[in-house]
This record gives sequence, C-alpha cells and structure tokens, in this order.
Amino acid sequence: MLAKRIIPCLDVDKGRVVKGKQFQSIQDVADPVDLAIRYNKEGADELVFYDITASNEERNIFLDMVESVAATINIPFMVGGGIRTIEDINQVLHAGADKVSVNSAAITNPSLIEKAASKFGSQCIVLSIDAKEIEPGKWQVFQNGGRLNSGIDALEWAIKGEQLGAGELVINSIDVDGVKNGYNLTLTKAIADVVNIPIVASGGAGSLEHFQQVLRNNIADAALAASVFHYEQIKISTLKNYLAQQKIPVRSVV
Amino acid sequence: MIAIIDYGAGNIKSLQFTLSKLNIPNILTQDETIIRNSKAMILPGVGSFQDAMEELKKANLDTIIKQEVENGKPILGICLGMQLFYETSNEGGNTVGLGLLKGHIERIPTSVKVPHMGWNTLHLKQGYEITSNIPVEDTYVYFVHSYYANKVEEEDVVGSCTYGDEVPAIVQRDNIIGMQFHPEKSSVIGMQLLKNFKEMFL
Repeated sequence: MLAKRIIPCLDVDKGRVVKGKQFQSIQDVADPVDLAIRYNKEGADELVFYDITASNEERNIFLDMVESVAATINIPFMVGGGIRTIEDINQVLHAGADKVSVNSAAITNPSLIEKAASKFGSQCIVLSIDAKEIEPGKWQVFQNGGRLNSGIDALEWAIKGEQLGAGELVINSIDVDGVKNGYNLTLTKAIADVVNIPIVASGGAGSLEHFQQVLRNNIADAALAASVFHYEQIKISTLKNYLAQQKIPVRSVV
Repeated sequence: MIAIIDYGAGNIKSLQFTLSKLNIPNILTQDETIIRNSKAMILPGVGSFQDAMEELKKANLDTIIKQEVENGKPILGICLGMQLFYETSNEGGNTVGLGLLKGHIERIPTSVKVPHMGWNTLHLKQGYEITSNIPVEDTYVYFVHSYYANKVEEEDVVGSCTYGDEVPAIVQRDNIIGMQFHPEKSSVIGMQLLKNFKEMFL
C-alpha cells in the first residue's frame, strides 16, 4: 500500500537551516547536511530544502549544498525558493535534487510550469501554494514569501497548476504557519477535492495528533513540518510508530 | 565498469553517488566504445518516453543497446529506463520502444492519483537473485511515475505493487532487469537491490 509521507522542511539561508515563525523572526538552527543525515536515519520519507535568500550571489552556495545532500542521503528531496526560470530548475535537478517547487514565479508566469513539466517531466515539478483565508471558506494565493496578495483564488490556482502539468501540490496555510495548532484541514481538503495529484500539507504541525488528522480522510498524501522536527519536539521514529498504531500506512523505520 | 547510458535524462547524480557508495565503478557516457567495453549497462530515466526514444536514436544508442543485450550484456533499466525496454508506449502518442521485453506502457488509471508518488510496498516472488536479502514483508521502495508496464509476460515479473492496477515493479528476463521505482532513492532496500545487481553481473 502507498505510504503516507512525513517530510521535514529545511529553510536554508546562506547555507544554514533556519525556521521563521509566520515568515518572520529568523533564527539560526543547524547545518543542512547534518540535519539531512539525522532525518534520513530517523525515517523521513523525503526532505524539502527552501532557499529563503535566493540572491544571485548565494545561489552557488545553495547549489553546492544540494549536491552535498544528494551525495549523502538516498531518499528523495525537493528544492524550492527563488526558482524563476527553466535554467534555475535545470541547475537544481543537475545538482541532484529530485523535485523542484515553484511558487511566486509561476503566478507571474504560469507557462513556467508547463514548459518545465514538458522538459523535465511532471514528476519533478511541484507547485507550492501559499494561501490565506480572506473570508470564511475562501482562500487567495499570496506570493513573495506571503507578503503580496495575488488576488487569485487558491482552488482555481490548484486546478490550473494540475492542468499546466504540476505533479504535486504543496499547500501552505499562512494562517496557521508556525502556530502549532494543527494543519489547515479545511483548506487542504478543499484543494484535495478538486485535483487528482498528490497533496503535501504544510504549516501548523505541533503534535502527533495533527499529523494523523491531516493524513486521514483523503486530505493529504504527505505532511510537511519544520520546527517540531528541528527542535526534536517530535521524533520522526516516534511519529511513524504512532501513525502505524493509528492504522495510517507509513513506511516502517528500518 | 558500468556504462550509464547518457541521453540527457534528468537526475543522474544521485544514481552515480549511490553506485560509488557501493564501490561500483561507473561512467555516464554515450560513447560507443565505452559502452561496448563495459561489463553492464544502466538505462536511467525521467521525462517522457517519446523524447527519450528520440534522444537514444539520435546517438544510435538504441541499436547499440539492443546489440549488446542480444550478446548477453546485463542491463538495468530504472523508471523510464525500464519502460523503454517494452514494445510501445501511449505516452505522447504511440511511440515504439526498444522492444527487449513484451508489453506496453500505458497511463496509470485515474481511479488513483497520478503521478504515483511515494513509498509503496513490493509483492515479491521467491527465489530470484536480484531480490536476495530483501524482506518479503513491508518492503517499501520509492516510486514516481505516471505510466506503467501493462500486458507484460507474467514470468518476467519478479515483483509488483498495487496502485490502481497491479504495477510491475521489478522485471527480469535473463540479462535484462528493470525497476519501475528508484533504487537510488529507496534507502537501504534500494542499496541492497543495486548490490545484488553488482553481485550477479560484475
């Protein structure tokens, strides 16, 4: 049976992993390769690295890090942040990343998804959506790290993303990110209901129970989290055992 | 030396890193002499069937691969690389493949999410060298694909997984081995499978 995936997310700034609360107040945490090794051992199913600075000068530091990660672990990993062009995608895939997530650039230029999917295959093109509730039951897509409202409806954007060839969606709820009160089940389910590609839920994980809530009832295929793993509030092995007891299919930790 | 056939397929680095960890000498190449002198070949692949066949043909690699396989050289096809072994694919119109194995590549039924992405369990037949030291129960490997091999010869299937249909995951006919998932991304299980390939043929 296809397992539900647990995905630690590492925000990388100048080669270091950081975690911001609701995109603000950045704190230094750890070396990305060290964390990748630790998560791989603990049974993470996949990793995500977001380049949060993404200035041109620092791009090479990030690409070197991607290559070091690829050399070290043998589970899949996704890379995102500052991806604007086909050449950006080509570079990170060439450095050893398995998937690339696009966000703001796809809003400005939706054909980026289409071109990337046809060149590299849908399986490695992920559309990352930062959504915020603007009235009850209605979410809009924000860009530039959650600072700018694009005015686009999140559900419509998800459907468009699938049509353009995205192979997976990461749904990040700005409303709950960093708050640790649980994933945004309503938003995630609303999107899952209108597309037929895998959904990664992001933002809000604070307890074991939050993971089982979002991985049930056809809501999400994978759950992404950052600080609960970085600060070892939740160990991935403990989480996997808990989910298995809850009858959620997970890859056993070997 | 294993020749990894270079036809511009995406992420080859992870595969090379994993082979190096297993002390398997490898080279990414489309050079005919190197391929002919290699002890085994790996046909990697992500992307589309049609583009891949075009690239192989452009460099005459389709003919070289077929001749070498006929002469008994072992080949491992990974993901799209395995799909290319079959007769045809309906990805992007109807495209003729290498025809090393009998069967056809079709889209995964939409009763499930496409692509098939993530860790799925293998149902393994017993008694194959390629799966030696691999547990029969709860063996997860990493899949990411939208098409799968259908109407294949039952005796070629070493292992399968369930996803919308019974999806051939490991296939073998003599010196031809295919894996629909990514062994280089499948943690310790994947390492063991590549190690088995090494021990069988190198």
